[in-house]
Amino acid sequence: MRFKHLISIDDLSRDDVEYILNLAEKFLRIAKGEERATPLEGKLLANLFFEPSTRTRMSFEVAMKRLGGEVINMTAQEASSVAKGETLADTIKVVSKYADVIVLRHPLEGAARFAAEHSDVPVINAGDGAGQHPTQTLLDLYTIKKESNLKGLKIALMGDLKYSRTVHSLIKALTLFNAKIYLISPPSLALPEEFLEEVRSMTDVEEVNLEDVIRDIDVLYVTRIQKERFPDEEEYFKVAGSYKVDAEILKKAKKNMIVMHPLPRVDEIDVSVDETHYAKYFQQTFYGVPVRMAILYELLLEKFEI
Amino acid sequence: MDSAKEGSLAVSKIKCGTVIDHINAGKALLVLRILGIKPGCSERVLIAMNVPSKKMGKKDIVKVEGKYIGEKELDRIALISPNATINLIDEYEVSEKRRVELPSTVEGILTCPNKNCITNSKEPIKSKFHIRRSGESVRAVCHYCGRKIYELDKYVV
Repeated sequence: MRFKHLISIDDLSRDDVEYILNLAEKFLRIAKGEERATPLEGKLLANLFFEPSTRTRMSFEVAMKRLGGEVINMTAQEASSVAKGETLADTIKVVSKYADVIVLRHPLEGAARFAAEHSDVPVINAGDGAGQHPTQTLLDLYTIKKESNLKGLKIALMGDLKYSRTVHSLIKALTLFNAKIYLISPPSLALPEEFLEEVRSMTDVEEVNLEDVIRDIDVLYVTRIQKERFPDEEEYFKVAGSYKVDAEILKKAKKNMIVMHPLPRVDEIDVSVDETHYAKYFQQTFYGVPVRMAILYELLLEKFEI
Repeated sequence: MDSAKEGSLAVSKIKCGTVIDHINAGKALLVLRILGIKPGCSERVLIAMNVPSKKMGKKDIVKVEGKYIGEKELDRIALISPNATINLIDEYEVSEKRRVELPSTVEGILTCPNKNCITNSKEPIKSKFHIRRSGESVRAVCHYCGRKIYELDKYVV
Protein backbone atom coordinates (compact mmCIF):
# COMPACT_ATOMS: atom_id res chain seq x y z
CA MET A 1 0.00 0.00 0.00
CA ARG A 2 1.61 3.28 -1.07
CA PHE A 3 -0.78 5.50 0.85
CA LYS A 4 -4.18 5.18 2.43
CA HIS A 5 -5.33 8.75 1.90
CA LEU A 6 -4.20 11.67 -0.25
CA ILE A 7 -3.96 14.70 2.00
CA SER A 8 -0.87 16.72 1.09
CA ILE A 9 1.75 16.68 -1.63
CA ASP A 10 4.29 16.82 1.20
CA ASP A 11 3.36 13.24 2.12
CA LEU A 12 4.53 11.96 -1.28
CA SER A 13 8.04 11.01 -2.35
CA ARG A 14 9.33 11.53 -5.90
CA ASP A 15 8.79 7.82 -6.41
CA ASP A 16 5.13 8.10 -5.33
CA VAL A 17 4.59 11.05 -7.68
CA GLU A 18 6.16 9.25 -10.63
CA TYR A 19 4.08 6.18 -9.87
CA ILE A 20 0.84 8.20 -10.03
CA LEU A 21 1.89 10.02 -13.21
CA ASN A 22 2.72 6.71 -14.91
CA LEU A 23 -0.59 5.24 -13.81
CA ALA A 24 -2.41 8.33 -15.15
CA GLU A 25 -0.81 7.70 -18.52
CA LYS A 26 -2.47 4.28 -18.65
CA PHE A 27 -5.87 5.88 -18.09
CA LEU A 28 -5.50 8.65 -20.67
CA ARG A 29 -7.50 7.00 -23.45
CA ILE A 30 -10.26 6.00 -21.04
CA ALA A 31 -10.34 9.59 -19.72
CA LYS A 32 -10.87 10.81 -23.29
CA GLY A 33 -13.68 8.30 -23.81
CA GLU A 34 -11.72 6.52 -26.56
CA GLU A 35 -11.63 3.27 -24.62
CA ARG A 36 -13.94 1.79 -22.05
CA ALA A 37 -13.00 0.02 -18.83
CA THR A 38 -14.90 -0.41 -15.61
CA PRO A 39 -12.46 -1.48 -12.89
CA LEU A 40 -14.28 0.63 -10.29
CA GLU A 41 -17.73 -0.83 -11.01
CA GLY A 42 -19.68 -1.18 -7.79
CA LYS A 43 -17.54 1.44 -6.02
CA LEU A 44 -19.09 4.64 -4.73
CA LEU A 45 -17.43 8.03 -4.37
CA ALA A 46 -18.85 10.68 -2.02
CA ASN A 47 -18.09 14.27 -3.00
CA LEU A 48 -18.31 16.35 0.19
CA PHE A 49 -17.95 19.98 -0.81
CA PHE A 50 -18.29 22.45 2.06
CA GLU A 51 -17.17 25.17 -0.35
CA PRO A 52 -18.31 25.58 -3.92
CA SER A 53 -15.97 24.27 -6.63
CA THR A 54 -17.69 23.06 -9.74
CA ARG A 55 -14.50 22.33 -11.66
CA THR A 56 -12.78 20.06 -9.15
CA ARG A 57 -16.02 18.31 -8.19
CA MET A 58 -16.92 17.60 -11.81
CA SER A 59 -13.43 16.36 -12.58
CA PHE A 60 -13.62 13.79 -9.77
CA GLU A 61 -17.10 12.81 -10.91
CA VAL A 62 -15.93 12.28 -14.49
CA ALA A 63 -12.88 10.30 -13.34
CA MET A 64 -15.02 7.99 -11.17
CA LYS A 65 -17.72 7.48 -13.80
CA ARG A 66 -15.27 6.84 -16.64
CA LEU A 67 -13.92 3.97 -14.54
CA GLY A 68 -17.39 2.53 -14.00
CA GLY A 69 -17.89 3.84 -10.46
CA GLU A 70 -20.75 5.87 -9.09
CA VAL A 71 -20.91 9.22 -7.33
CA ILE A 72 -23.01 10.82 -4.62
CA ASN A 73 -22.73 14.57 -4.04
CA MET A 74 -23.14 16.80 -1.07
CA THR A 75 -23.08 20.34 -2.39
CA ALA A 76 -21.88 23.42 -0.51
CA GLN A 77 -25.48 24.42 0.20
CA GLU A 78 -26.40 21.05 1.69
CA ALA A 79 -23.10 20.92 3.54
CA SER A 80 -23.71 24.25 5.21
CA SER A 81 -27.01 23.04 6.62
CA VAL A 82 -25.32 19.87 7.85
CA ALA A 83 -22.52 21.90 9.36
CA LYS A 84 -24.99 23.80 11.52
CA GLY A 85 -25.91 20.80 13.54
CA GLU A 86 -23.10 18.32 13.07
CA THR A 87 -19.35 18.21 13.42
CA LEU A 88 -17.19 17.28 10.44
CA ALA A 89 -16.01 14.28 12.45
CA ASP A 90 -19.58 12.95 12.66
CA THR A 91 -20.35 13.70 9.00
CA ILE A 92 -17.24 11.77 7.96
CA LYS A 93 -18.08 8.82 10.22
CA VAL A 94 -21.54 8.60 8.66
CA VAL A 95 -20.50 9.08 5.03
CA SER A 96 -17.58 6.66 5.32
CA LYS A 97 -20.17 3.98 6.07
CA TYR A 98 -21.98 4.77 2.80
CA ALA A 99 -19.15 5.32 0.36
CA ASP A 100 -15.88 3.65 -0.66
CA VAL A 101 -13.94 6.89 -0.99
CA ILE A 102 -14.51 10.46 0.18
CA VAL A 103 -13.46 13.58 -1.71
CA LEU A 104 -13.46 16.55 0.65
CA ARG A 105 -13.26 20.27 0.14
CA HIS A 106 -13.51 22.29 3.33
CA PRO A 107 -12.83 25.92 4.30
CA LEU A 108 -10.66 25.04 7.32
CA GLU A 109 -6.98 24.19 6.93
CA GLY A 110 -6.13 20.70 8.13
CA ALA A 111 -9.74 19.52 7.70
CA ALA A 112 -8.76 16.70 5.34
CA ARG A 113 -6.09 15.31 7.66
CA PHE A 114 -8.57 15.44 10.51
CA ALA A 115 -11.28 13.80 8.37
CA ALA A 116 -8.89 10.97 7.48
CA GLU A 117 -8.51 10.21 11.19
CA HIS A 118 -12.25 9.67 11.44
CA SER A 119 -12.83 7.82 8.19
CA ASP A 120 -12.97 4.07 7.53
CA VAL A 121 -12.39 4.72 3.82
CA PRO A 122 -9.75 6.71 1.89
CA VAL A 123 -10.05 10.50 2.00
CA ILE A 124 -8.84 12.68 -0.87
CA ASN A 125 -8.18 16.32 -0.12
CA ALA A 126 -9.77 18.51 -2.78
CA GLY A 127 -8.67 21.72 -1.06
CA ASP A 128 -8.70 22.73 2.59
CA GLY A 129 -8.92 26.53 2.93
CA ALA A 130 -5.59 28.10 2.02
CA GLY A 131 -3.94 24.76 2.74
CA GLN A 132 -3.37 21.85 0.41
CA HIS A 133 -4.84 20.76 -2.93
CA PRO A 134 -2.64 17.82 -3.91
CA THR A 135 -4.57 16.64 -6.98
CA GLN A 136 -4.06 20.08 -8.56
CA THR A 137 -0.31 19.74 -8.06
CA LEU A 138 -0.28 16.24 -9.50
CA LEU A 139 -2.22 17.32 -12.58
CA ASP A 140 0.20 20.25 -13.01
CA LEU A 141 3.13 17.83 -12.93
CA TYR A 142 1.38 15.48 -15.34
CA THR A 143 0.80 18.39 -17.74
CA ILE A 144 4.51 19.30 -17.61
CA LYS A 145 5.46 15.67 -18.18
CA LYS A 146 3.10 15.35 -21.14
CA GLU A 147 3.53 18.70 -22.82
CA SER A 148 7.11 19.51 -21.82
CA ASN A 149 9.62 17.54 -19.75
CA LEU A 150 10.09 17.10 -16.01
CA LYS A 151 13.77 16.33 -16.50
CA GLY A 152 16.05 19.36 -16.58
CA LEU A 153 12.99 21.60 -16.37
CA LYS A 154 13.24 25.39 -16.35
CA ILE A 155 9.97 26.86 -15.15
CA ALA A 156 8.84 30.41 -14.40
CA LEU A 157 6.01 30.96 -11.91
CA MET A 158 4.29 34.30 -12.36
CA GLY A 159 1.62 36.23 -10.47
CA ASP A 160 0.56 35.92 -6.85
CA LEU A 161 3.36 33.90 -5.30
CA LYS A 162 2.54 35.02 -1.78
CA TYR A 163 -0.94 33.65 -1.17
CA SER A 164 -1.44 31.09 -3.94
CA ARG A 165 -1.57 27.59 -2.45
CA THR A 166 -1.34 26.16 -5.96
CA VAL A 167 2.03 27.81 -6.41
CA HIS A 168 3.36 26.77 -2.99
CA SER A 169 2.43 23.12 -3.48
CA LEU A 170 3.79 23.09 -7.02
CA ILE A 171 7.12 24.59 -5.94
CA LYS A 172 7.51 21.92 -3.26
CA ALA A 173 6.79 19.19 -5.78
CA LEU A 174 9.17 20.73 -8.34
CA THR A 175 12.01 20.55 -5.81
CA LEU A 176 11.60 16.75 -5.95
CA PHE A 177 12.57 16.98 -9.63
CA ASN A 178 15.42 19.49 -9.15
CA ALA A 179 13.75 21.95 -11.48
CA LYS A 180 15.26 25.37 -12.06
CA ILE A 181 12.61 27.75 -10.74
CA TYR A 182 12.19 31.41 -11.72
CA LEU A 183 9.85 33.58 -9.67
CA ILE A 184 8.09 36.57 -11.23
CA SER A 185 5.81 38.72 -9.07
CA PRO A 186 5.22 42.24 -7.83
CA PRO A 187 7.20 42.78 -4.58
CA SER A 188 4.01 42.83 -2.51
CA LEU A 189 3.07 39.36 -3.77
CA ALA A 190 6.53 37.76 -3.65
CA LEU A 191 7.09 34.30 -2.24
CA PRO A 192 7.33 34.56 1.58
CA GLU A 193 10.99 34.89 2.60
CA GLU A 194 10.97 31.87 4.89
CA PHE A 195 9.53 29.67 2.17
CA LEU A 196 12.02 31.02 -0.37
CA GLU A 197 14.92 30.09 1.95
CA GLU A 198 13.53 26.59 2.35
CA VAL A 199 13.25 26.17 -1.44
CA ARG A 200 16.77 27.59 -1.94
CA SER A 201 18.17 24.82 0.21
CA MET A 202 16.57 22.23 -2.09
CA THR A 203 16.83 23.54 -5.64
CA ASP A 204 17.98 26.38 -7.85
CA VAL A 205 15.57 29.32 -7.52
CA GLU A 206 15.81 32.94 -8.66
CA GLU A 207 13.61 36.04 -8.58
CA VAL A 208 13.53 37.58 -12.07
CA ASN A 209 11.54 39.58 -14.65
CA LEU A 210 9.71 37.76 -17.42
CA GLU A 211 11.72 39.61 -20.09
CA ASP A 212 14.97 38.18 -18.66
CA VAL A 213 13.95 34.55 -18.91
CA ILE A 214 11.29 34.25 -21.60
CA ARG A 215 13.81 32.96 -24.18
CA ASP A 216 15.11 30.32 -21.85
CA ILE A 217 12.17 28.72 -20.04
CA ASP A 218 10.29 25.52 -20.84
CA VAL A 219 7.14 26.36 -18.87
CA LEU A 220 5.46 29.64 -17.93
CA TYR A 221 3.02 28.99 -15.09
CA VAL A 222 0.69 31.97 -14.58
CA THR A 223 -1.59 32.48 -11.58
CA ARG A 224 -4.34 34.94 -10.88
CA ILE A 225 -3.59 38.17 -9.07
CA GLN A 226 -6.58 38.72 -6.82
CA LYS A 227 -8.02 42.19 -6.56
CA GLU A 228 -8.91 41.74 -2.89
CA ARG A 229 -5.21 41.46 -2.00
CA PHE A 230 -4.71 45.17 -2.75
CA PRO A 231 -5.71 48.10 -0.56
CA ASP A 232 -6.89 50.18 -3.53
CA GLU A 233 -8.04 49.49 -7.08
CA GLU A 234 -5.51 51.76 -8.74
CA GLU A 235 -2.64 49.80 -7.25
CA TYR A 236 -4.26 46.57 -8.43
CA PHE A 237 -4.64 47.73 -12.02
CA LYS A 238 -1.06 48.99 -12.09
CA VAL A 239 0.31 45.64 -10.91
CA ALA A 240 -2.10 43.38 -12.77
CA GLY A 241 -1.39 45.19 -16.05
CA SER A 242 2.33 44.49 -15.84
CA TYR A 243 1.86 40.79 -15.14
CA LYS A 244 -0.12 39.98 -18.20
CA VAL A 245 0.90 37.48 -20.86
CA ASP A 246 -0.04 38.17 -24.48
CA ALA A 247 0.86 36.73 -27.87
CA GLU A 248 3.40 39.53 -28.36
CA ILE A 249 5.71 38.58 -25.50
CA LEU A 250 5.45 34.90 -26.45
CA LYS A 251 7.13 35.66 -29.80
CA LYS A 252 10.41 35.70 -27.85
CA ALA A 253 9.78 32.29 -26.30
CA LYS A 254 11.22 28.93 -27.32
CA LYS A 255 9.03 27.14 -29.86
CA ASN A 256 8.18 24.31 -27.49
CA MET A 257 7.58 26.52 -24.43
CA ILE A 258 4.16 26.00 -22.80
CA VAL A 259 1.87 28.35 -20.85
CA MET A 260 -0.05 26.88 -17.92
CA HIS A 261 -2.67 28.34 -15.55
CA PRO A 262 -4.73 26.60 -12.81
CA LEU A 263 -7.88 28.49 -14.01
CA PRO A 264 -10.15 30.31 -13.65
CA ARG A 265 -8.22 33.20 -15.18
CA VAL A 266 -9.29 36.81 -15.08
CA ASP A 267 -7.19 38.73 -17.57
CA GLU A 268 -3.62 37.70 -16.74
CA ILE A 269 -3.51 35.65 -19.94
CA ASP A 270 -4.84 37.53 -22.95
CA VAL A 271 -7.30 35.58 -25.11
CA SER A 272 -4.87 36.12 -28.01
CA VAL A 273 -2.70 33.43 -26.38
CA ASP A 274 -5.50 30.85 -26.54
CA GLU A 275 -5.04 30.29 -30.25
CA THR A 276 -1.26 29.85 -30.05
CA HIS A 277 0.42 26.47 -29.65
CA TYR A 278 1.86 27.69 -26.33
CA ALA A 279 -1.53 27.59 -24.57
CA LYS A 280 -1.92 24.38 -22.58
CA TYR A 281 -4.22 25.53 -19.76
CA PHE A 282 -7.37 23.91 -21.07
CA GLN A 283 -5.49 20.70 -21.72
CA GLN A 284 -4.08 21.03 -18.19
CA THR A 285 -7.60 21.08 -16.73
CA PHE A 286 -8.50 17.97 -18.70
CA TYR A 287 -5.41 16.15 -17.41
CA GLY A 288 -7.04 16.37 -13.99
CA VAL A 289 -9.25 13.48 -15.14
CA PRO A 290 -6.60 10.78 -15.83
CA VAL A 291 -4.64 11.92 -12.75
CA ARG A 292 -7.71 11.60 -10.52
CA MET A 293 -8.52 8.26 -12.14
CA ALA A 294 -5.04 7.05 -11.18
CA ILE A 295 -5.51 8.23 -7.59
CA LEU A 296 -8.96 6.66 -7.27
CA TYR A 297 -7.75 3.41 -8.78
CA GLU A 298 -4.75 3.32 -6.47
CA LEU A 299 -6.77 4.09 -3.33
CA LEU A 300 -9.68 1.78 -4.15
CA LEU A 301 -8.07 -1.22 -5.79
CA GLU A 302 -4.39 -1.26 -5.08
CA LYS A 303 -4.60 -0.64 -1.40
CA PHE A 304 -3.94 -4.20 -0.33
CA GLU A 305 -0.86 -4.58 -2.50
CA ILE A 306 2.67 -3.64 -1.65
CA MET B 1 27.60 23.56 41.97
CA ASP B 2 27.46 26.71 39.92
CA SER B 3 23.68 26.98 39.94
CA ALA B 4 23.66 26.99 43.73
CA LYS B 5 26.37 29.65 43.80
CA GLU B 6 24.68 31.82 41.22
CA GLY B 7 21.27 31.46 42.79
CA SER B 8 22.27 31.57 46.44
CA LEU B 9 21.91 35.32 46.76
CA ALA B 10 18.34 35.24 45.65
CA VAL B 11 16.81 31.99 46.87
CA SER B 12 17.29 29.66 49.79
CA LYS B 13 17.19 25.86 49.90
CA ILE B 14 13.99 23.87 50.07
CA LYS B 15 13.32 20.76 52.15
CA CYS B 16 11.32 18.60 49.71
CA GLY B 17 10.14 19.43 46.22
CA THR B 18 11.42 20.51 42.83
CA VAL B 19 14.07 22.95 41.70
CA ILE B 20 13.90 23.99 38.07
CA ASP B 21 17.13 25.65 37.03
CA HIS B 22 18.44 27.11 33.78
CA ILE B 23 15.06 28.40 32.76
CA ASN B 24 15.37 30.91 29.92
CA ALA B 25 15.54 34.38 31.46
CA GLY B 26 12.15 35.92 32.01
CA LYS B 27 10.17 32.68 31.65
CA ALA B 28 9.81 31.78 35.36
CA LEU B 29 6.25 33.05 35.61
CA LEU B 30 5.30 30.93 32.62
CA VAL B 31 6.84 27.91 34.33
CA LEU B 32 4.69 28.63 37.38
CA ARG B 33 1.65 28.71 35.15
CA ILE B 34 2.63 25.37 33.64
CA LEU B 35 3.00 23.94 37.15
CA GLY B 36 -0.51 25.15 37.93
CA ILE B 37 0.65 27.59 40.58
CA LYS B 38 -1.79 30.45 40.64
CA PRO B 39 -2.35 33.49 42.85
CA GLY B 40 -3.86 32.31 46.13
CA CYS B 41 -2.12 28.92 46.01
CA SER B 42 -0.80 27.32 49.19
CA GLU B 43 2.55 26.01 47.88
CA ARG B 44 5.73 27.62 49.12
CA VAL B 45 7.42 28.96 45.98
CA LEU B 46 10.74 30.70 45.45
CA ILE B 47 11.49 32.47 42.23
CA ALA B 48 14.67 34.05 40.94
CA MET B 49 14.55 35.97 37.72
CA ASN B 50 17.36 37.28 35.54
CA VAL B 51 20.11 35.99 37.82
CA PRO B 52 23.60 35.74 36.27
CA SER B 53 24.53 32.43 34.67
CA LYS B 54 27.86 31.39 33.18
CA LYS B 55 26.22 29.20 30.57
CA MET B 56 23.23 31.35 29.69
CA GLY B 57 24.19 34.92 30.59
CA LYS B 58 20.95 35.34 32.50
CA LYS B 59 18.53 32.71 33.73
CA ASP B 60 15.52 32.12 35.95
CA ILE B 61 15.15 29.58 38.76
CA VAL B 62 11.97 28.24 40.33
CA LYS B 63 11.81 26.21 43.53
CA VAL B 64 8.57 24.65 44.69
CA GLU B 65 8.25 23.10 48.12
CA GLY B 66 6.24 19.88 48.34
CA LYS B 67 5.63 19.41 44.63
CA TYR B 68 7.16 16.84 42.29
CA ILE B 69 6.97 17.56 38.62
CA GLY B 70 5.19 15.20 36.19
CA GLU B 71 6.02 14.11 32.59
CA LYS B 72 3.44 16.34 30.96
CA GLU B 73 4.74 19.37 32.82
CA LEU B 74 8.28 18.42 31.75
CA ASP B 75 7.21 18.47 28.08
CA ARG B 76 5.71 21.91 28.47
CA ILE B 77 8.79 23.28 30.20
CA ALA B 78 11.02 21.77 27.52
CA LEU B 79 9.15 23.79 24.89
CA ILE B 80 9.82 27.13 26.56
CA SER B 81 13.25 26.31 28.05
CA PRO B 82 14.98 23.41 26.28
CA ASN B 83 18.04 23.76 28.56
CA ALA B 84 16.17 23.61 31.85
CA THR B 85 17.40 21.17 34.50
CA ILE B 86 15.15 19.62 37.11
CA ASN B 87 16.36 18.65 40.56
CA LEU B 88 14.05 16.70 42.82
CA ILE B 89 14.87 17.52 46.44
CA ASP B 90 14.43 15.32 49.47
CA GLU B 91 15.56 16.47 52.94
CA TYR B 92 17.53 19.38 51.45
CA GLU B 93 19.51 17.03 49.19
CA VAL B 94 19.18 16.42 45.46
CA SER B 95 17.56 12.99 45.16
CA GLU B 96 17.25 12.98 41.38
CA LYS B 97 18.54 15.15 38.55
CA ARG B 98 16.68 15.34 35.29
CA ARG B 99 17.09 17.26 32.09
CA VAL B 100 14.07 18.22 30.09
CA GLU B 101 13.90 16.56 26.72
CA LEU B 102 12.21 18.07 23.74
CA PRO B 103 9.44 15.71 22.70
CA SER B 104 9.15 14.98 18.97
CA THR B 105 5.42 15.67 19.04
CA VAL B 106 3.15 17.36 21.55
CA GLU B 107 -0.59 17.02 21.81
CA GLY B 108 -2.89 19.48 23.52
CA ILE B 109 0.02 21.62 24.73
CA LEU B 110 0.33 24.34 22.09
CA THR B 111 -2.49 26.22 20.38
CA CYS B 112 -2.26 26.89 16.67
CA PRO B 113 -2.08 30.63 15.87
CA ASN B 114 -3.83 29.99 12.54
CA LYS B 115 -7.44 30.97 13.25
CA ASN B 116 -8.48 29.03 10.17
CA CYS B 117 -6.90 25.80 11.42
CA ILE B 118 -9.25 22.89 12.10
CA THR B 119 -7.82 22.65 15.65
CA ASN B 120 -9.41 26.03 16.43
CA SER B 121 -12.90 24.87 15.39
CA LYS B 122 -15.67 23.22 17.37
CA GLU B 123 -14.55 19.79 16.17
CA PRO B 124 -13.56 17.17 18.76
CA ILE B 125 -9.84 17.63 18.18
CA LYS B 126 -6.65 18.15 20.18
CA SER B 127 -3.88 20.33 18.81
CA LYS B 128 -0.83 18.40 17.65
CA PHE B 129 2.59 19.80 16.80
CA HIS B 130 5.81 18.28 15.52
CA ILE B 131 8.83 19.77 17.27
CA ARG B 132 12.00 20.52 15.31
CA ARG B 133 15.24 21.74 16.81
CA SER B 134 18.15 23.16 14.90
CA GLY B 135 20.95 24.34 17.20
CA GLU B 136 19.43 26.63 19.81
CA SER B 137 16.27 27.41 17.91
CA VAL B 138 13.15 25.35 18.36
CA ARG B 139 10.14 25.44 16.10
CA ALA B 140 6.84 23.63 16.10
CA VAL B 141 4.85 22.64 13.02
CA CYS B 142 1.08 22.12 13.23
CA HIS B 143 0.25 18.54 12.27
CA TYR B 144 -3.00 19.65 10.65
CA CYS B 145 -2.43 22.98 8.89
CA GLY B 146 1.37 23.04 8.68
CA ARG B 147 1.71 26.44 10.38
CA LYS B 148 5.16 26.92 11.89
CA ILE B 149 5.66 28.65 15.22
CA TYR B 150 8.94 29.92 16.62
CA GLU B 151 8.08 31.71 19.86
CA LEU B 152 6.62 28.63 21.44
CA ASP B 153 6.04 30.19 24.87
CA LYS B 154 3.34 32.44 23.39
CA TYR B 155 1.28 29.39 22.46
CA VAL B 156 1.67 27.08 25.44
CA VAL B 157 -1.79 26.30 26.80
